[in-house]
Amino acid sequence: MPVFKHPQILIASNLTDGEVVFLGSSGWERDHRRARVARKADEATELETLGKRDISANRVVDVYLADVEIGSDGAPTPLHYREKMRVKGPSVRLDLGKQADEGAL
Amino acid sequence: MTAVDLRVAQRPNAPMTTYRYDEYDAAFVSERVAEFREQVRRRLAGALTEEEFRPFRLMNGLYLQLHAYMLRVAIPYGTLTARQMRRLADIADRWDKGYGHFTTRQNLQYNWPKLVDTPDILESLAEVEMHAIQTSGNCIRNVTADHFAGVAPDEIEDPRPTAEFLRQWSSLHSEFSFLPRKFKIAVTGAEHDRAAILVHDIGLRIVKNDAGEIGYQVVVGGGLGRSPFIGKVVGNFVPREDLLAFLEAILRVYNRFGRRDNKYKARVKILVHERGIDEIRAAVEAEFAAMDRSPFAHDSVEFERIAAFFAPPPYDSLPATSASMRAAKLESPAFSNFVDVNVGAHKIPGYAIVTVSLKPIGGVPGDATSDQMRVLADASERFGFGELRVSHEQNIILPHVKQDDLFALWRMLDAAGLATANAGLVSDIISCPGLDYCSLATARSIPIAQAISKRFSDMSRQRRIGKLGVKISGCINACGHHHVGAIGILGLEKKGQESYQITLGGDPTFSASIGEILGPGVTAEQVPDVVEHLVDYYLAEREEGEAFIDTWRRIGHARFKDVLRREGEDGADI
Repeated sequence: MPVFKHPQILIASNLTDGEVVFLGSSGWERDHRRARVARKADEATELETLGKRDISANRVVDVYLADVEIGSDGAPTPLHYREKMRVKGPSVRLDLGKQADEGAL
Repeated sequence: MTAVDLRVAQRPNAPMTTYRYDEYDAAFVSERVAEFREQVRRRLAGALTEEEFRPFRLMNGLYLQLHAYMLRVAIPYGTLTARQMRRLADIADRWDKGYGHFTTRQNLQYNWPKLVDTPDILESLAEVEMHAIQTSGNCIRNVTADHFAGVAPDEIEDPRPTAEFLRQWSSLHSEFSFLPRKFKIAVTGAEHDRAAILVHDIGLRIVKNDAGEIGYQVVVGGGLGRSPFIGKVVGNFVPREDLLAFLEAILRVYNRFGRRDNKYKARVKILVHERGIDEIRAAVEAEFAAMDRSPFAHDSVEFERIAAFFAPPPYDSLPATSASMRAAKLESPAFSNFVDVNVGAHKIPGYAIVTVSLKPIGGVPGDATSDQMRVLADASERFGFGELRVSHEQNIILPHVKQDDLFALWRMLDAAGLATANAGLVSDIISCPGLDYCSLATARSIPIAQAISKRFSDMSRQRRIGKLGVKISGCINACGHHHVGAIGILGLEKKGQESYQITLGGDPTFSASIGEILGPGVTAEQVPDVVEHLVDYYLAEREEGEAFIDTWRRIGHARFKDVLRREGEDGADI
């Protein structure tokens, strides 16, 4: 089992439209700030179990855990630049993706 | 049984249709759409798992990318009609986000389609004789060709009939639908290679022998990706009569001996590299000699029928040079620059080939809005017999424009933001989507292209620099062709940061070469500085008539490395 170094969130793609989603407390969220954070290894395992359940239920695909840091507001932000991109949208088209929506990220 | 059905039954792998759909094609594509619609329905209903569904969606060009699904639409040998271009625009507006991305495979990608909408998109494409079949998967992909096909003065023969012949042979070829890895074929019929045939799995060069007969020089084992190779000649002169059988033999050898144990060693270039071209040639020739070639016997009537669809349009008889164009050049320096840079010689007197750059300064290489696509469609109908081409350099070509019409065309393009006069210059950058869109990418490539483009925004400076191919890939898969850029840039991850490796000396033409690494990786911010230093050094060292690649070859890689090292010691931020 990999060493648990950082808090983690569960990222996936929504099956029907492919949008990036994050497992929250009551289902999949389109805003990463509402993601449920695993702060220990067993909590991360629980997230993965829930992810597998929803793969089987044909809600999401391409599910994986991503390391995050917790901001002063308590919201998680991915550590790696790849996931930073996924929570916003293309850096070359700020009018597209999640960053284009109300309450820009 | 119809005549078409009879032909299909008799010759299952032989060419069957022209590039303009007949009833067989239309029915076939329509059936594929219906089939995929049912597969999507079953996926959404839970009857298919993602693991089961994934091969089906990939067979129909649908990927899952970083932010959304991505649909890759095939544009065979890069040729489009105005009607098809308009439909691409309509699809972008109705089911995507109002734009599309033209790729280095002469295809078009939509970055935001929804899975649930994809069957409707494919149905809409089928209405204009388009599809997304074989734009993914381990099969023979979209056959590409010289984007100046049929109009270039240096052409021996138009490569499109051959490309169409191959498209029909390779479409849903039952034996080659599950190859060890993907397989890409490019064709040129010209003395100058504009299709990068030496870096394809198979490159075909139409040649003429001493007897004046047309045949093909067949090159195999070229490719980019993590292990770049220049292709090697496996057949120096393959008569047209033997072409399909010869290619069939190559694919059979590859299918039999290609490595399936390791996807990174599964391309035919690795097989050629490991076995050597002599062993591969012997195996191909043995297969060719042993096989039943009758199903692949050349059908000259069929070939000529296909070729007839690529017959020249009804050109007017015109003076070699247009007086009105000359006058307009004197009136407008901007138009004059456009003509000098983006307009090429045509084989018919009084006509020109126009490259419409999709690389505005600071723009996203290869992107076009739906409105721009409609302008291009209109322009092609008004000035160019309704035909357009997509180049592997991610630009659009209008192949049949009267010189007399160039000024009106330029004004039309300029109003739509499509008149950037940089074809072939330093800001005409090939770039893959990179980490802004692609799930495989390890770094962004588009922002690097934008930064370089802005650094060289002075167009007169660009013209002084001259032809210079800058190519950028956001990962080792090399979709941005960085290996064959005179200046190549590869985005990688280094210690959790984006890092860029610079190569020099790549060349995608008949004098092909793979670029050599300049030194340690640099940050995104440093890339424009490095490129500028390299360009300045080239300008200082070049001799009369030398392009960047010529100077690099003459004075050597070490000199370019040295200048960067010296600049770094002097405190330059590189």
